[in-house]
Amino acid sequence: MHQIKCPWCGIRDEAEFSYRGDATVQRPAPDSGIDAFNDFIYTRANPRGWHVEWWHHVAGCRQHVKVVRHTMTHEIHATGKATDKLEAPSS
Amino acid sequence: MSHRLASGGRIDRAKRLQFQFDGRSFTGHAGDTLASALIANGVRLVGRSFKYHRPRGILTAGAEEPNALVGLRDGARREANMPMPAIELFDGLTAQSQNRWPSLDFDVLSINAKLARFMPAGFYYKTFMWPASFWEKFYEPMIRRAAGLGEASRDPDPDHYDAVHAHCDVLVVGSGAAGLSAARAAGEAGARVILCEQDFELGGGLLLDPRHEAWRADMIAALGAMPEVTIMPRSTVFGYYDHNVLGVIERVADHLPTPPQHVARQRYWTIRAREVVLATGAYERLIAFPENDTPGVMLAGAALSYVRRFAAAPGRRAVLFTNNDEAYDTAFAFLESGIDVAAIVDVRPVSARAETARLRGLNVLSGSVVAGVSGGKSVERVSVTKRNGSAPDIFSVDLLCMSGGHNPAIHLASQSQAKMEWSDAIASFVPGASKQRENSAGAARGSFGIPIAAREGAATGAAAATAAGFGAAVGFTLPDAETSPRTPIEAFWEVKAEGKSFIDFQNDVTGDDIRLAHREGYSHIEHAKRYTTHTMATDQGKSGGLVGAALLAEARGETIPAVGVPTYRPFVTPITYGAIVGHAVGADFNPIRRTALHDWHLRNGATMMEAGLWMRPAFYAQAHEKGDIWAPILREAKAVRQAVGICDVSTLGKIDVQGRDAAMFLDRLYTNTFSTLAVGKARYGLMLREDGIVFDDGTTSRIADDRFFMTTTTGNAARVLEHMEFYAQTIWPELDVQFCTISDQWAGMSIAGPQSRKTIEKIVQGLDLGNEAVPFMGVADATVANCPVRVFRISFSGELAYEIATPAGYAEPVWEAVLAAGKEFGITPYGLEALGLLRIEKGHVAGPELGGHTTARDLGLERMIKKRGDYIGRVLAERPGLADPDRPRLVGLRPVDSSKPARAGGHLIETPGSSQSLGWVTSSNQSVELGGWIALAMLSRAEHWMGKRLYAAFPLRKEMVEVEVTHPHHVDHENVRVRT
Repeated sequence: MHQIKCPWCGIRDEAEFSYRGDATVQRPAPDSGIDAFNDFIYTRANPRGWHVEWWHHVAGCRQHVKVVRHTMTHEIHATGKATDKLEAPSS
Repeated sequence: MSHRLASGGRIDRAKRLQFQFDGRSFTGHAGDTLASALIANGVRLVGRSFKYHRPRGILTAGAEEPNALVGLRDGARREANMPMPAIELFDGLTAQSQNRWPSLDFDVLSINAKLARFMPAGFYYKTFMWPASFWEKFYEPMIRRAAGLGEASRDPDPDHYDAVHAHCDVLVVGSGAAGLSAARAAGEAGARVILCEQDFELGGGLLLDPRHEAWRADMIAALGAMPEVTIMPRSTVFGYYDHNVLGVIERVADHLPTPPQHVARQRYWTIRAREVVLATGAYERLIAFPENDTPGVMLAGAALSYVRRFAAAPGRRAVLFTNNDEAYDTAFAFLESGIDVAAIVDVRPVSARAETARLRGLNVLSGSVVAGVSGGKSVERVSVTKRNGSAPDIFSVDLLCMSGGHNPAIHLASQSQAKMEWSDAIASFVPGASKQRENSAGAARGSFGIPIAAREGAATGAAAATAAGFGAAVGFTLPDAETSPRTPIEAFWEVKAEGKSFIDFQNDVTGDDIRLAHREGYSHIEHAKRYTTHTMATDQGKSGGLVGAALLAEARGETIPAVGVPTYRPFVTPITYGAIVGHAVGADFNPIRRTALHDWHLRNGATMMEAGLWMRPAFYAQAHEKGDIWAPILREAKAVRQAVGICDVSTLGKIDVQGRDAAMFLDRLYTNTFSTLAVGKARYGLMLREDGIVFDDGTTSRIADDRFFMTTTTGNAARVLEHMEFYAQTIWPELDVQFCTISDQWAGMSIAGPQSRKTIEKIVQGLDLGNEAVPFMGVADATVANCPVRVFRISFSGELAYEIATPAGYAEPVWEAVLAAGKEFGITPYGLEALGLLRIEKGHVAGPELGGHTTARDLGLERMIKKRGDYIGRVLAERPGLADPDRPRLVGLRPVDSSKPARAGGHLIETPGSSQSLGWVTSSNQSVELGGWIALAMLSRAEHWMGKRLYAAFPLRKEMVEVEVTHPHHVDHENVRVRT
């Protein structure tokens, strides 16, 4: 049961959020073609390790929070607003 | 009660309790468990094993019990598979043994034991295959009857369960010497402490030795005096989750005949702790030897508990079989209480405690093993040999206490992701480095003995308080350290001799089964576990799991740490589903959503139905229509087609979209264009998912240059809002657009039918409702009965129609005003059923057509796809598979014999008997316009089949209906009525 620090609401329980997946994928430019959009929808790195991802604070401010979480230990390294640049720790 | 010791124990001899086991009446005392009371009554045979139906007795004194599993209570509160030693005795308790017929003593299926050689581990992978037809007719029903252990009640659970949340600085699990010390140290440092103990008495191992009683009582009094310390007895910590959350079941009322009124039977606690101290103790393990499951064979520590804590003698004359020093405590306790110790069989050649025992007059056979047990339903003889098998000795006894060593209870530490490390000193696994904020103390980390447990607990508790930000503890006295010499354990797992040596009593798994699994290639511990089902029962192998791992390591020629033990997962001991579910049962399973007109519907004869979380009127049956569902539905739909009807559509999703870039945002959300929509007009919008599949539809109106009133389907309201938030916040954050849900803020009603304009003209103020003034798809604000309203000229039914939206608080007066105005035209309230009938007649797509796999082209909506400009789903909608012209497309169906329905879900085939599906029926209903049945369907090569005949087949109901393929719009194909 994670605790996630929403940049707007403070530290909240995982139950208030909805998980929305990898936050590093970019929507391709409109003329990029089917393969690029296919990757955007379906292809994911699914790493064993640090993951930059979206958590949607549906039971709170309803903002998407960017979270850096380790997929094995569930340690949360950092959280931020949707437009923040967050990176996984080097280790 | 000749097995009740005359003195000693912690039972209250003044409080006698009556109880029943298998229909026989017995007496026990307050402070007894069901197990101790039956032992005191001399009852030995308590169960039959799962597979072989072997007679079984009580093995342990705790919740880890694998044999003595009973059905507790009767009727609706009956609970199966309850371990006797964990059942607190109460007056009037009734329990039944399981897995035997007709009785424990004479069980017909004990014939299985004679067939045992044909039923080793995994025998079912190689049997029940031939002949193939026998599976459904015989094997499966037979296996189903034999499967499972115990019988659950089929009545609803009458008890209620609460869910509680708590935070604390230090959570201490276990109240033995280590746990009490940890809790006191942390509490005296000022931390908020919660101490959880699964037993009804605090003290753990302290309860087994009267010398420690004064210290135990003093510790409990000190804890009780600290206001920031919460003690929770009868509370099992069942799981360790992320970020230091632990789950606990508190058994509030299980020790009472029934819960008091308004009291929860159990509470499900979610506790988040800054720091955790795991003082969970250790489980004793068995030794594998032939017939080690005979009633009267018991773990040594359990026997000690029955004698010291419950003053119940598990036998009169005993042999003790051990590889460690700890088990000698049992022999000494037997001496003190008059139980004869015929021999202590110690596998080790020398041991300090053997010497002590001999000095006290006990017969110790060193370097020896128990080679076998005989007696069948009760231990009668124990055969002992030297380790090399020579010099056999037979002892006539009724009790055999075994101890293969002790396993630290590492389940919670393991669940917290700490790796386990092998300790040669205790021949078991101990917790390694912590991954979460937790530490183990005492037997839970392999430190056996009261004094060292108390020391470790105090240190760990103090450290936990410090880590949580509190000062050092004051200090309190600890039990004196032990000075007598100790000899280490010698790892010993199995006596190699002929016969069935069990390592998992619950699932009847033997040492030979493990070796069979390895021979068959299932050599990984996780594979061997599943092949044999070793440790897969409710005890999760607490008594024999490590023994199985050791035998597998032996078979593989590797060390035990190289083999490992299977992953530990919650729940440490089983919990009841009711506690997990809490109050979300029956009508409270889901929240119930009601519209602002709900009470009006009830007062006016509506039959309500569930539509997702919403309660909506299905129809409004009049007195003469009771019992005939179609009568009100057809009447309501006819009223809409011929006069005027009114329907509560408040459940539709509504979203207020504002901002300079609102129009651009909508252009990107929908397949069609909204930036060209004029203020005061509405437009039907089609929304795709990014993968090109149709997601939702609705009508969106422009209120101002920078403001839109968007609607969605009822079912997708929340999903569409989340979809919009994801794109606006993460993909296009540069857009100046803001939006929020206003679904609950606005009530909506549809007034539909040829007389709808005449009806609302009478009551709408501030708005000219002429055909040119408010054209089809026009929107304007006005007033009705002094209430603000927004009028939309949109139609779902295909008739001339208006939707009136009003702030929810005004719903009833506006609705009543419309009813009054429409009375002269015969205005009729209509519900969800008529609403569905009308839209199917019109050919409007809804849920059954928007099933998550249809495209805009499939639904005949290609004219809604804009040619220029990007929108969500544009690119992937052009994938070859989605753009294939032969894909099923929306058509209408008319059964040739229109009195027969073409049932939704039926497949369209060319001729009866064809197994090639050309498509399927999506929506089916009667038609008030045409009479008889109609349907909508998805059909491949629709153009080719238009006007031709096919069959709608529904084999499950043996239906085959000939249908003609038509256009999907059965009513007013030219859309004349809506533009009147």
